[in-house]
Amino acid sequence: METLERILSEHPFLKGLAPEYIQLIVGCAANVRFEAGQFIFREGEEANQFYVIRQGRVALSMFTPERGPIVIETLGEGDILGWSWLVPPYHWRFNAQAMELTRAIALDGKCLRGKCESDHDLGFELLKRFAHIIEQRLQATRLQLLDVYGARS
Amino acid sequence: MRNNSEHDPMRTVPYRIRRVRRDTADTFTLELEPVTNQQPFHFAPGQFNMIYVFGVGEIPISISGDPAVTSALVHTTRSVGTVTKAMSQLKRGDVVGVRGPFGTPWPILAAEGNDVVLVAGGIGLAPLRPALYAILARRERYGKVVLLYGARSPEDILYRDELRHWRAQFDLDVYVTVDRATSQWRGNVGVVTTLTSRAPFDPLNTMAFVCGPEVMMRLTALELQRRGVAADQIFVSMERNMKCAVGFCGHCQFGPMFVCRDGPVFPYSRVKDWLGVWEI
Repeated sequence: METLERILSEHPFLKGLAPEYIQLIVGCAANVRFEAGQFIFREGEEANQFYVIRQGRVALSMFTPERGPIVIETLGEGDILGWSWLVPPYHWRFNAQAMELTRAIALDGKCLRGKCESDHDLGFELLKRFAHIIEQRLQATRLQLLDVYGARS
Repeated sequence: MRNNSEHDPMRTVPYRIRRVRRDTADTFTLELEPVTNQQPFHFAPGQFNMIYVFGVGEIPISISGDPAVTSALVHTTRSVGTVTKAMSQLKRGDVVGVRGPFGTPWPILAAEGNDVVLVAGGIGLAPLRPALYAILARRERYGKVVLLYGARSPEDILYRDELRHWRAQFDLDVYVTVDRATSQWRGNVGVVTTLTSRAPFDPLNTMAFVCGPEVMMRLTALELQRRGVAADQIFVSMERNMKCAVGFCGHCQFGPMFVCRDGPVFPYSRVKDWLGVWEI
């Protein structure tokens, strides 16, 4: 049977985490579903959750008055959406919008922050895993900024 | 391999432009046919020709057509330098000089029995297209075949119709991503390296062919290795200032190698240490 516990423990993001920690995390988890076009969060709103995407696709975008919304990245199955819940002031930096029907597991950031404060081993484990994601996103962003496909002149 | 400069690799053979296609704002494809009756042109995927625009100059361009089609030569290039800018002005019926094919090919035969991942960035899709044609022609000999393609923006996507056609095939996984997009674009946004973590292939039984800007190839190779693909199973197509195409002039020296003669396709394991040398 597909329980939240099993799904989370097998996900690459949480793989190898001690079972007692998985149980703690499951206490902060809920299945969610977003219809195509639905905003999951908007820039500036309080960031109280993050999402493990199980199915579908999500566009991260930023709105500019001159050019409208600019998509900076799309995330899909297996990706982690959102880490603003981890860093003060806990506000979303981008908009996240489902591009198609998207199913995810939402993890309550406030709940997790509390558990991480009371158990620093869990906090360190989660921070290491998020640091890896943040590093990957930073590298990808830098590669985007290099504009490597542009014509050399 | 038979080529039309077999006896004299420095001899240029005239080819007439049969068709010109504008692919994107700055890339175009020339379809060439021999001016005189001569042997069919055979090449292996990954090889290149030296194309001479008379009175302007000669440049290396990879062959981007189907290796099974020997009656015409297909080259896709970007209009960036003096020669390619002049080439972009040519029309149907104009004549260019061709010598080749030169260089090492993608290891299509060695990849049989494996999953094959082709990772293309920008115009790097052009040298990989013949490899894909060859693999699809003997599809049953390969495991999963995955094409990961990254372009600058939706407008910069090469071979759109073919990508649509390939994507519709059941035995080929095609992922396209762009670095920049407006909300009108319904596909992936993000660099091509991010696709390697999502693509369905068995890293222990995979051969990867990577072609694009050097920095993109380096980072893609790292991602592929992170997924478990061995460095000697990853192949990259290098680009350097090639002039003679036969290893005489030394312009394309790359450490102990010449890209024109020893490449352009190299196992990543053979070049990875040189890729980090600034002075090379």
